[in-house]
Amino acid sequence: MSDDPDTELIERLRAGDEWAFAELAGKYQATMLSVARGYVPSNAVAEEVVQEAWVGVLRGIDRFERRSSFRTWLFHILVNRAISAGARERRSIPVDDLGPVVDASWFDAAGNWQVPPEPWADQVDDKILAAKMAARILTAIDELPLQQREVVLLRDVQGLSGDEVCAILDISRVNQRVLLHRGRSKLRQVIGSEFGGGR
Amino acid sequence: MIRLLPLTRGDMACLQAVELVTDYLEGTLPPARRRRFEAHLARCLDCPEYLAQMRAVIALAGSITPDDLAPRLRSELIGLYRQWLAGEG
Repeated sequence: MSDDPDTELIERLRAGDEWAFAELAGKYQATMLSVARGYVPSNAVAEEVVQEAWVGVLRGIDRFERRSSFRTWLFHILVNRAISAGARERRSIPVDDLGPVVDASWFDAAGNWQVPPEPWADQVDDKILAAKMAARILTAIDELPLQQREVVLLRDVQGLSGDEVCAILDISRVNQRVLLHRGRSKLRQVIGSEFGGGR
Repeated sequence: MIRLLPLTRGDMACLQAVELVTDYLEGTLPPARRRRFEAHLARCLDCPEYLAQMRAVIALAGSITPDDLAPRLRSELIGLYRQWLAGEG
């Protein structure tokens, strides 16, 4: 993959550059921990899984052939280690989270907005406000149900493609979109409430 | 609970439109559905703001820089890397 954003770091890592390794580890740590946490019972075990994943990466880096991006390969290794560590199957959407994303009471009988969403989208062009809201989004992501959190972290925070996320988490495209939609919709509501709206 | 909406064909309600926002942004709406969605946006006063807010949320999430390594985890990982280098010879 020629457009792999990590190409340069991987070359440096292969050449023995400790800083390149630290940079890669730093870049993916939060997401790796969060994804691993979904499979294992504690943060301590999740940290071990992340370490094991890096060991796997280092052992395999010379054989890594770039048929996928580095990050897809990395998260693949992580999820495999996490599954072995946790042996917990949880690949379907929990039934208690299948209702509509938006509250039906926001709409009238014809399905139109009863009380429209308070406008704020153009306000986050302001850099200071955007920084504040980005921090709020981070805590809101932490509060998402696990699978939504994984998908939102990988897609929107790490910038992976939908296909990459499907491959890493072994979920269907439809499932990936449903989880992404639910996660993003909740984040939108959280940010809306920061602006004084509830919708 | 499923609510039956009094809709004529081609007419999309806000309640339906907001549920299609992600599929729309992902480019996965079938053409006919996408046209209905866009027709709704063109005449709705509020759903364009909803779509803009979803885009803003995506941009905000994309602006987050994952935390720097916690110092302890960092030194452990660097230790792993040094071991690996030493093992490589």
